[in-house]
Amino acid sequence: MTKAFLSGNDAFAEGVRLARPQVISIYPITPQTTVVERISEMVEDSSLKSELIHVESEHSALSCAIGASAMGARTFTATSSQGLLYMAECLHYASGGRFPIVMMNANRSTALPWNIYGDQRDSLSQLDCGWIQVYVEDAQESLDMALQSYHIAENPLVSTPVMVNLDGFVLTHTYETVEIPSQTDADRFLPPFQTENKMSLDNPKNLAFSVGPDNNMEFKYLQHKAILGSKRIIEETDAKFAEIFGRSYGGLTQGYRLDDADYILITLGSITGLCREVVDELRERGEKVGLLKLRFLRPFPSDDLVAALGSAKAVGVLEKDISFGYEGTVYTNVNSVIAKNGLRLETYNFIAGLGGRDISRENITAIFRHLQTGGQHVNFIGLGMTIDD
Amino acid sequence: MIEIRWHGRGGQGAFTAAKILGAASLIDNKFSLAFPSFGPERRGAPIQAFNKIDTQAIINRSEIKACDYLIFLDDSLFSFDYLNDLKDDGIALINTATPEKFRDFSQIQTIDANLIALNIIKKPLSNTAMLGALASISDDVSLSSLQQASNQYLSATHAAKNQLILQESYDHFKEVY
Repeated sequence: MTKAFLSGNDAFAEGVRLARPQVISIYPITPQTTVVERISEMVEDSSLKSELIHVESEHSALSCAIGASAMGARTFTATSSQGLLYMAECLHYASGGRFPIVMMNANRSTALPWNIYGDQRDSLSQLDCGWIQVYVEDAQESLDMALQSYHIAENPLVSTPVMVNLDGFVLTHTYETVEIPSQTDADRFLPPFQTENKMSLDNPKNLAFSVGPDNNMEFKYLQHKAILGSKRIIEETDAKFAEIFGRSYGGLTQGYRLDDADYILITLGSITGLCREVVDELRERGEKVGLLKLRFLRPFPSDDLVAALGSAKAVGVLEKDISFGYEGTVYTNVNSVIAKNGLRLETYNFIAGLGGRDISRENITAIFRHLQTGGQHVNFIGLGMTIDD
Repeated sequence: MIEIRWHGRGGQGAFTAAKILGAASLIDNKFSLAFPSFGPERRGAPIQAFNKIDTQAIINRSEIKACDYLIFLDDSLFSFDYLNDLKDDGIALINTATPEKFRDFSQIQTIDANLIALNIIKKPLSNTAMLGALASISDDVSLSSLQQASNQYLSATHAAKNQLILQESYDHFKEVY
């Protein structure tokens, strides 16, 4: 183990190096670019022995990863924003074909207006594409989830691609201290990829085939079951990771000061740290507030939510996302859990950070005030006006 | 928490300086973040870079509002309005060849970092000299850690000369004080 001062992208690249993918397809896009630059340097200096393929578009980057995965290779690619959207067709091919590709997505706003700064509209707009989605908070979690994601994706019961989301710039371009595990420990955690789901002369089979109405629904059912079943694998992976590396992230969610909390804020990604600080401040004043970080959006952590929110009075969902014409997508998902389980509490949505707008300590404090006093359900933070204005 | 904002022009090495400072904090057994002004960058255009340094892990990633140090690699970027962005005991450190312009302001310290760099590397690259100056006027980072950290981020051919720049700018302020 060594300590280094790395950006989120650098840290993720170190995690990829330790995971030893055999084929890497790359196409650069801001703010993902430095992760593929760093990986290219690793391949160049042989610290990562891998077939690096510089393709001509994101559509090709993921198609290439699908082809390599269909040969039984461990694969990696990375993208962001318009690049993710450009590969949208292939996202479904990868998940439907049950290819356990790991992809890093640098969360970035989507055009128009064109903008390269961070928000989460790119990946949240692709929640339904059949990928497991995880959102990380800092550079260490970025590195660690690069490793954990292969462990989850390649489990034969899961066999589903994983998208790891890093907030653009705030996380991808911020340098901080990161522990880099040894290759020995990484190998102990993540054995080489083995699969039956590949083209093989010894065991020929058909992959990526057509299925008509008679059996198609069965395939979709099995795909859904596998992602639901991945919840257990995600928790087992976190436990095994903790055993070897001494760091645990709590599985699908990570709670903070939830005991007896009346007012709970739900977060995802890098804003969570600041929200924890505000929870501490308010707790010192005797206010019963807590926080629940959603790490995984698919599979959706419905059981964790019921356990965490059961006795709360109000819950807020803070997200860098809006589904135009309705509300934030994460909020819709949380409300569905609350309705299905008959929980009786108020829910509020806080849309923030779109197009990279800074989210301040004062913003977070005001959000907790809103949870305590009540008010509009869907709120834009840092805009100075409500949706009714 | 110590909060620092660097002002420079694209290509002057402001973000490299922020990274060296962050890595030096790690050597000092402190925690730090180093981040650039987010977005597109062009050579010559004004850019900013940031550091947060603390004795405990830093989890707040929002923008820096009030600074302990404002560091200007280029005095053409300075405006007296920026002094409003300083904390009460904050200091603005300016690279300038005309220190008399800033003499009446107690919150401003100046150094002719270009001259130091020109003498040693024959180029007006002020970033490492400003780091040496910071170590001199501040207890928040040590010269020896900056010397170690700069070797990680600068090529071997430049490392030796930058050690000289760090030392000379550090000594310059020690004489002034």
